[in-house]
Amino acid sequence: MNRPINLAARGPFGVGRFEPVSFFCTGLTGAATFLILAILAVILGNIIWHGGAGFSLRFIFGSADRDMFDPARAGVGPMVFGTAARVILMTLFVLPVGVATAIYLTEYARSGALLTRVIRSAVNNLAGVPSIVFGLFGLGFFISAVGGSLDGLLYPGNPKPVWGKPALIWASLTLAVMTLPVVIVATEESLRAIPPGLREASLALGATKLQTILRIVLPQALPGILTGSILAVSRAAGEVAPILFTGAAYYMASLPRALTDQFMDLAYHVFVLSTQAPDVDKSRPILYGTVVVLLGLTFALNVVAILIRTRVRRRLRQLG
Amino acid sequence: MPKTPPGARRSVGWMGLARGHRAKPTEWLVEKGIFLLSFTAIVMIFLIFLFVGREAWPILTGRMDSSLVRELQDIIPVEDLEKTPPERLRQYLGLTREQFQSMDRETLRDLMQLRIESREQMPDDKDALLNTLQWRYVLGPHQWTGYDRPVYIWQPVSAIHKYNIVPLIVGSLKATFVALIFAVPLGVAAAIYVSQLAPPRLREWLKPAIELLAGIPSVVLGFFALIVLASVLQAVLGYPSRLNAFLAGIALGLAVIPVVFSIAEDALTSVPRSYSEAALALGSTRWQAAWQIVLPAALPGVFAAVVLGFGRAIGETMIVLMASGNASILSWSLFDSVRTITATIAAELAETVVGGHHYRMLFMLGVLLFAVTFLSNLAGDFFIHRLKARLEGRR
Repeated sequence: MNRPINLAARGPFGVGRFEPVSFFCTGLTGAATFLILAILAVILGNIIWHGGAGFSLRFIFGSADRDMFDPARAGVGPMVFGTAARVILMTLFVLPVGVATAIYLTEYARSGALLTRVIRSAVNNLAGVPSIVFGLFGLGFFISAVGGSLDGLLYPGNPKPVWGKPALIWASLTLAVMTLPVVIVATEESLRAIPPGLREASLALGATKLQTILRIVLPQALPGILTGSILAVSRAAGEVAPILFTGAAYYMASLPRALTDQFMDLAYHVFVLSTQAPDVDKSRPILYGTVVVLLGLTFALNVVAILIRTRVRRRLRQLG
Repeated sequence: MPKTPPGARRSVGWMGLARGHRAKPTEWLVEKGIFLLSFTAIVMIFLIFLFVGREAWPILTGRMDSSLVRELQDIIPVEDLEKTPPERLRQYLGLTREQFQSMDRETLRDLMQLRIESREQMPDDKDALLNTLQWRYVLGPHQWTGYDRPVYIWQPVSAIHKYNIVPLIVGSLKATFVALIFAVPLGVAAAIYVSQLAPPRLREWLKPAIELLAGIPSVVLGFFALIVLASVLQAVLGYPSRLNAFLAGIALGLAVIPVVFSIAEDALTSVPRSYSEAALALGSTRWQAAWQIVLPAALPGVFAAVVLGFGRAIGETMIVLMASGNASILSWSLFDSVRTITATIAAELAETVVGGHHYRMLFMLGVLLFAVTFLSNLAGDFFIHRLKARLEGRR
């Protein structure tokens, strides 16, 4: 007789009782939920409906060097390349640093120490800093301070800046700083979800602390880390504000060849097309096509992250 | 946190660096590598606080002067190029030493000509002598020449740089206000439904579906507001200016809904099931249990959702840049165009001179934004701690 009653099985009004106010309010909250979903559906539906028309492989990979605003000839190939480049570079920067920080915070740092608490609250606050402030930071720190002094060191007397100007590498680094908290928090969460018994068993068998971390803890935490970094990538792919002054170019005749080159970007291109096109009605098919490509990219990443997360949660539930 | 035996904890030492080692040298190296990398991250976090502030420092301390006094005085005729001492000429043209040395006579002559021309275009009114970066012009109204009463104006690229930030702050607040009015009721209602009322099988679908909204990049929401929503709302409500605070607020709301929803949903789910089960056992309906028992218990979490939603809305850039109309009009109407703090930074920074007063003023706006979001994060953290303390029974 100790079995808990499954209340959810009794319908939405509790144990088989009807009460008009409750009925009305439940309907209201349900309507709010479905209104949100309806808005989402309208946005996505509108974009797919209009974007499907001018959509082709030629558009995705085609070059943009003829006329950016002409639906018959425009392509977003360079933008796809630029976005991919900045996101991949960003991942190379943020992943080691973020994972190492999370390992340090969970495995090495003393949890009650002042320094640890300060770092934690700094990470939390960093997550809420507006993306445009990261753009300002990238300009003030990476371009002016780091790039400027690199120029002074490497090319003294050269009036034309090489490093001290907007560039692919500075945009990637700015995005890396922006997504740092996402990776740190996700990694920390998945490290903490691993039962302490696992670590203790490994240590008891004579493994060193590092061996325990590298061979026992990290493999278990890998899916969680992966989810976090995919979410970071998907967030970074759609961000425009941080790269406005740190690297995105309105137009470039060729693909970026060096880390110090500027680049064309998919998300920035959406902004350019919708605000600066000479004839918005004429270039509308390109605009929608670009949005579809961008959304496809970020959604694919999101869906992968959600799938991994659900699988991991299920597995952890079995473990715990 | 994994429990470490007391002995182990002592041997870790300061930041793990002074740890007694019997491990292999390669392991020692790898561990030091981890510390180094995490140190980079930590340093980065503090650099942000530092560097945005550094660029705005001269304005914050009032050491910068935007008055045109220098331009109004002493003109050196172009013929005097040879007679003037180089150091004085350099100061007159406002060049750095390196710039001055790299220029030939021809360029210098052109620059002098330019100075004379800009002197001729200089407005001959008293306002040119004001340092418009002073706090009383930045925050208070001023009766500029040609105006019949004191006004608040943001006009940094006019002949006389007007840097009053009040219209921008009001613009940001208007858009944020609309966003919260739209997003908070929807987000909280959806959180109540999904966490308390929906059948479990539906819940598994609803949560990720709403979170998908968070996956839409803000530039796409801005695009949608600008291309589709603007015309629809204008046709329905019939207001004169197509892009305005209301439209920007609605589009911002779309970005805020997932934030409010997921934090509120977390808070509601974290309330122990025994609370609502007790209510149900006493004969309440599921709605009564959710509204009268679970929601009051999770209230600090809902506050946190609102506060963090506010932080998200006020810091969002691309949506307001595209949908707000970007005219710095100071009014009470929600249907006027507005220029927000974030959109101003995004739109104007590219055209400024690095280190100039306009540049520094925009960084000052960044500092302001940083401070506001920092405070809202702090408040959000505070509410979440309150919630945890309350649910764990220590208050």
